[in-house]
Amino acid sequence: MIPGLYHILTLSTVLFFIGVYGFFTRRNLITMLMSIELILNSVNLNFIAFNKYVWPNKLDGVFFTIFIIAIAAAEAAVAIAIIINLYRNHHSIDVEDAGEMKY
Amino acid sequence: MELTTYTALIVLLPLLGYLLLGLFGKKIFGNSSGLVGTALLLVTTILSFYVAYTYFFVLGNVNGVYQAIKPLQFTWLEFSPGMSIDMGLLLDPISCMMLVVVSFVSLMVHIYSLGYMKGEERYPTYYAHLALFTFSMLGLVLSTNIFQIYMFWELVGVSSFLLIGFYYNKASALAAAKKAFIVTRFADLGFLIGILVLSFYSNTLDISTLIQRLTSPDGNEMKTAVAASFMGLSALTWGLLLVFMGGAGKSAMFPLHIWLPDAMEGPTPVSALIHAATMVVAGVYLVARLFPVFSMSPIVLDFIAYVGAFSALFAAIIACTQTDIKRVLAYSTMSQIGYMMFALGVSGNTSETGLGFTASMFHLFTHAMFKALLFLGAGAVIHYVHSNEMKDMGGLRKKMPITHLTFLIACLAIAGVPLLSGFFSKEEILLAAYQKNMLIYGIALFTSGLTAFYMFRLYFNIFWSKPYESAHESHHGEGGFVMMLPLVLLAIGAAFAGYIPFGKYVSFNGEAHEGHMDIMFSIAPVALAIAGIGLAIFLYKKENEKPGNISAILGALYNSAYHKFYIDEIYLFITKKVLFNVIARPAAWFDKNIIDGMVNMAGDSTVWISGKIKGIQSGKVQQYALYFMAGIIGLVLLLVYVWK
Repeated sequence: MIPGLYHILTLSTVLFFIGVYGFFTRRNLITMLMSIELILNSVNLNFIAFNKYVWPNKLDGVFFTIFIIAIAAAEAAVAIAIIINLYRNHHSIDVEDAGEMKY
Repeated sequence: MELTTYTALIVLLPLLGYLLLGLFGKKIFGNSSGLVGTALLLVTTILSFYVAYTYFFVLGNVNGVYQAIKPLQFTWLEFSPGMSIDMGLLLDPISCMMLVVVSFVSLMVHIYSLGYMKGEERYPTYYAHLALFTFSMLGLVLSTNIFQIYMFWELVGVSSFLLIGFYYNKASALAAAKKAFIVTRFADLGFLIGILVLSFYSNTLDISTLIQRLTSPDGNEMKTAVAASFMGLSALTWGLLLVFMGGAGKSAMFPLHIWLPDAMEGPTPVSALIHAATMVVAGVYLVARLFPVFSMSPIVLDFIAYVGAFSALFAAIIACTQTDIKRVLAYSTMSQIGYMMFALGVSGNTSETGLGFTASMFHLFTHAMFKALLFLGAGAVIHYVHSNEMKDMGGLRKKMPITHLTFLIACLAIAGVPLLSGFFSKEEILLAAYQKNMLIYGIALFTSGLTAFYMFRLYFNIFWSKPYESAHESHHGEGGFVMMLPLVLLAIGAAFAGYIPFGKYVSFNGEAHEGHMDIMFSIAPVALAIAGIGLAIFLYKKENEKPGNISAILGALYNSAYHKFYIDEIYLFITKKVLFNVIARPAAWFDKNIIDGMVNMAGDSTVWISGKIKGIQSGKVQQYALYFMAGIIGLVLLLVYVWK
């Protein structure tokens, strides 16, 4: 069986919800960051798949994907910097421990 | 035009003095600040005399009628075309006369204070305030615009407040300053409303335009002002009554007179300047300034006449019983201003009936001389014996010969003894009253007898009575040259000011007014004056039992007069018991509970609502993400199923 658009969309949906699930349930910030990467990659898959199967003559989807990868890299750098700072202040990277910014 | 420059300088030099002494007095001028202030005022006085001379003898008289000259006028604040607050200078007979009076008396007081206030801690401040007062008073008399009058009116009120409270570490002086300020402020409220009413109907604030519009019976403004009525009186009458209320407050007319006796807490030269010669006649001046409009309303004129006559009599009775010499003089001032007021009230606006106006201004002029002299004389006495009470005085005629002589001249002048200034002006007033209203004439005649009595009671108690004995022999004598010079100059004024042919220069319409003196008419007042003096000689020349016996016989009457007819107590009752309890307390309750309550409720409800919803901002990142997710899902559902 040759994988078609539907298979890829199913895969990306699954990936997306795994990411969302991870983001909501994990308390470790690194894991949450990884979940976000999963979500982003599911979106990337969507772009690629639609580009290939719906408009094979165009490159828009590929470019979007490349941009998203670049932004994800930058975001990962920033997020990790935040996490390091948080660790220095709280000696923990548990998201529950960083609750000062409330009412 | 040199007249413009000179007139402007008359007003601006005292202002300069105020700024110089007020800003740099303590640091730079120190003990020479008195000389600086006096020198500036000397220039002002010379300019005033020059301007008055130029007006009366060179420029003012056109074909036998004195015209108003406005050397300077500019718009300061415009509300609508024609309705503007202007600043300007107005020269006409009464303003020129007031220029002379104010600057001359002020100069005398400045010179006198060089001796009297010497060594005071706040000597520069004193002269600064004197300069401020002189500036405001001169500005007031030269005003072209009724609102300009109002501003300077408040300024003289402020400077009066500052000077009454000059000894600010004395509780009674502070209370007196506050009282003077509040009572006159209350009256000024009426004045302000009166200005607004008059300007609303005449559609202008300029005095000459206002007079012109509100005196022509055919004009539209006059018609609407007379037609509009409120509680049975026309708008014009109301406006004038309210303006008169302002004048009555400043001029200490009954029942707004209560501040004047207390104002004597200020330094004595200040009393001479502000509370005898100049500021307190501002009310008379105001009525005279607007006299053409006042003469359109006979009701108001009658009201003024009765208020004036009653105040004159009322104050004279109280003056007979007071023992503080400055208070006697204060009540005497009130009584004499009453004379001026009712003289305006009995005046009319035709050449037959216009005598009262001239007489009133004449009396204002002569009164300024002899009353300032009396106060300065009293100041010298107080300076000598260090007391205001009659019982500490007596027998001072040998110790203070110049003061004694000048004081005697002033007493004779105020009593209306022939050939001295007060005689002429008082005769004119009595004649004006005689022609118009016999009741007022009767009151005035009786009051003039009382005046002679209480003035000589004062005179004998200070200078005769018992021989002077004091534990501490006075170390500075009568007060030296600077204190005696003003007394002598003023005594010359008090003796001879009556010989000025006043009617020729000052009258309600600018035309010469021939006052005629009738020997037969003068018999009654002169006889009464002599009787009053005689009674005073009989009772007070030598210390004896008679005055005590008489006051014992009069009993309740004497007591109530001694307590100033309990007017102060009535005021206290009205303010404390009635106003505070009936109006102020409910108002305070309303303010605290309703107004503040509404504000608090707004705040409290915000706090309550935010307390309820603040849990949303929990600080938990994943919770925020959940809201975000829920929002997105909601939006998607909305876009997919609702807004397809």
